[in-house]
Amino acid sequence: MTIQTSRRTLLKGTAAAGAALFIGIRADGSFAAASSVAHMNPFVSISDDGVVHVILKHFEMGQGTTTGLATLVAEELDADWNRVAVHFAPADNDRYKNLFFGAQGTGGSTAMANSFMQYRQAAAAARAVLVQAAAEMWNIPAEQITVSGSVIKAGTERADFGELAAKAAALTPPENPKVKDPSDFHLIGLDHLPRKDSNLKVAGLATFAMDVKVPGMVYVVLLRSPRFGGKLTSFDVSGANGVPGFVGAKALPTGNAIAVYAQNTWAAIQAREAITAVWDFKDAENRSTDELLAYHRSLLDAPQFEAVEGADRAATEAAVAAADTVVETELTFPFLAHAPMEPLNCVIEPTATGIRVHDGCQFPGAVKPTLAHVLELDPANVEIRTVFAGGSFGRRATTNADYQVEAAMAFALLGGKTPVKLVWTREDDIKGGYYRPMFAHRAKVGLKDGRIVAWDHRIAGKPIIKGTPFEAMVMPPGSQVDATSVEGVNDSHYDIPAMSVGLSDAESQVPVLWWRSVGHTHTAFAMETLLDQVAEALGKDPVDFRLELLPGQDKDQQRLAGVLKLAAEKAGWGKPAAGRHQGIAVHKSFNTYVAEVVEVSVTDGAVKVERVVCAVDCGIAVNPDVIRAQMEGGIGYGLGHVMRNQITMTEGEVDQFNFPDYEPLRITDMPAVEVHIVASTEAPTGVGEPGVPPVGPALANAVYAATGKRVSRLPMTESGITFA
Amino acid sequence: MKLNINGKQVSVEAAPGTPLLWVLRDNLNLQGTKFGCGVASCGACTVHVDGQPVRSCSTAVEDLEGSEITTIEGIEGPAAQAVQAAWRELDVVQCGYCQSGQIMSAVNLLATVTKPSDEDIDAAMAGNACRCATYHRIRAAIHRASDIMEA
Repeated sequence: MTIQTSRRTLLKGTAAAGAALFIGIRADGSFAAASSVAHMNPFVSISDDGVVHVILKHFEMGQGTTTGLATLVAEELDADWNRVAVHFAPADNDRYKNLFFGAQGTGGSTAMANSFMQYRQAAAAARAVLVQAAAEMWNIPAEQITVSGSVIKAGTERADFGELAAKAAALTPPENPKVKDPSDFHLIGLDHLPRKDSNLKVAGLATFAMDVKVPGMVYVVLLRSPRFGGKLTSFDVSGANGVPGFVGAKALPTGNAIAVYAQNTWAAIQAREAITAVWDFKDAENRSTDELLAYHRSLLDAPQFEAVEGADRAATEAAVAAADTVVETELTFPFLAHAPMEPLNCVIEPTATGIRVHDGCQFPGAVKPTLAHVLELDPANVEIRTVFAGGSFGRRATTNADYQVEAAMAFALLGGKTPVKLVWTREDDIKGGYYRPMFAHRAKVGLKDGRIVAWDHRIAGKPIIKGTPFEAMVMPPGSQVDATSVEGVNDSHYDIPAMSVGLSDAESQVPVLWWRSVGHTHTAFAMETLLDQVAEALGKDPVDFRLELLPGQDKDQQRLAGVLKLAAEKAGWGKPAAGRHQGIAVHKSFNTYVAEVVEVSVTDGAVKVERVVCAVDCGIAVNPDVIRAQMEGGIGYGLGHVMRNQITMTEGEVDQFNFPDYEPLRITDMPAVEVHIVASTEAPTGVGEPGVPPVGPALANAVYAATGKRVSRLPMTESGITFA
Repeated sequence: MKLNINGKQVSVEAAPGTPLLWVLRDNLNLQGTKFGCGVASCGACTVHVDGQPVRSCSTAVEDLEGSEITTIEGIEGPAAQAVQAAWRELDVVQCGYCQSGQIMSAVNLLATVTKPSDEDIDAAMAGNACRCATYHRIRAAIHRASDIMEA
């Protein structure tokens, strides 16, 4: 994808960024209250106290983008890291769009990748005018000026950024601001630059949407249909009338939920429990998990669409049939909830011309127009104040702004004058859909003369993007294949001849959504466990065999082989300690290459994950410590779900209710993790998601090495694996 | 009713049975204590009651009259300082939503066991979920805090 930046738009000095933004975080973690601000451009401001203000077009859900974008700016400005403050940008698709999406939003591990040049150029432009201001003030050529630690120097002359900010803001930035040569980086690549959000979060002072209060605010929880697609027939609030603080209840116009209003959160939750509702399930999803699994498997019998361009399914099937040996797998993957620690919520308050939304907003580019449409407002009058998000893993990135629309409907039903805070409880979250879709895979690999001759792969699941406004992002005109259903298989970089990937779209009423690493959550598992089976059938070592399939014909193969070898070397592949068993997997996702070796032990039949060694190649490592953190977190997130998590349904009703039966990974489950970062001069790529895909198959491969048990149904507990 | 929170007597009006969590958050604006699950399963709402870690989402407020309640906003002392310093030094946080609760549990551990083993840490912290899976660093930071306290 080409990054197209209109430099004119980028560097156009604009006062519209607004002093209102400066309710933010100072470099030391306290709240900023700058007295005056020199607006260099939409991404960088410098106040008269010399603090550099970085305006973040991306939100922060823990992935470290706040620190990452600030690093780019501090690097190019040669700013003192301790005097760099960060602020979330307002919703503005023109200035703050994700250059890969064309709209403002965070996802797909794109924040650093799409911002890398943009923020550096913005900071380089700010630096250029600061230097020019100093040159004019001291009446010397700009070439004699150096910048370091937010101080501008020439000979005995010195000036702080703050002294020059106002003068610099009046100057015209250069048309082509010169960014640094990577050999001059001193912050980018620094092993550990302190996170910008640590201080507030450690003190319990970071503001999440859940913490936002506005005067006169009413709290709302929704009583939703217990089955997806159910419609409200009638409801009775009389039981709630005795709940202190209960305000009232109104059916949403969508007919799938009742808004329960109260003066505090607890009262809203209590009142909801006291309300009874009758639902019509005629058109609802009424199937149970076993039926849904059987349905998905049946879809594999006759693929609807071919996902590999130019593939010949009939020829592939014939080649498999003619092979000496056929290695087969059939796998099913459950629905998964994201379950971010902060349950979904947002606050909507009226303004003179529209509304203000306080939200850990992941897709302002979708939320703003959607809320404007629902409330019949001019989008210009929908203001979004983005605050910290307590995790997301994809859940806050809905294409239909699901929970913000619920809040907007609740706001409108109350008359549109009273601020409302919509709160999801954990039960709402676990039962509320927008899951990683259920998927089924079936693959047959034909082997002849010690090598693969054909690969017949079939995938079935409900598409995530097809049919949504985001469809064009992943589906070229005329294509029927939702890339998020097949990514990681149909675009495999292994040297595999005669591969056909047949896709069938599953239909259900269960809302589905991208979940940290999207299609790779299941495709990497299928590919990397099957490759181990093939290696075993050919009597080859899993690492040697993969390297044979990655002969280095292009950069993808070289980089995959690179992380594979590095992880194997660092983990002591093939030489586990006594009582330990290893498994390995490698996968490219979001243009980042990750290999992981999982080491397990088994005691009385129970598997314990002891250690994970990870090698990652994400291009230039902007913040190595953030990259390590994302790999550690991705490994933990992937492990917990592959081990034991699933959303199941009985006659359409979700069986799980909360963490006790959707048990999160605990500290007692967490292995030792080592992360090794490949040195690279390639452009930086994402790290939020790519740590997830390899860990599941690496674990399954280690479990096979330890127990001889293969996994056919996820989570692994459903395949008879028990964990210590 | 009257509660002793962070060393201060405060008067609150809350219906009987209201969990301490919601009194802290909705009535008293002490919002560092977080709502994560409401069923004492995630630990995001952990506070100290008479020096012991307690899940405030499942503790009725009327049972706490006469007790000393400490929230993330009110923690002090060597263990608290060491834990928060170690958390910053190792950049433990990611989304940060669970970290108040993590820190409250860690402070309590270090106030009672000055040199905890990995097993001690796992036992003390098992009730605090972190969906970002910062556990690897939580372990390291508790060891680091222990060293800071010793120094």
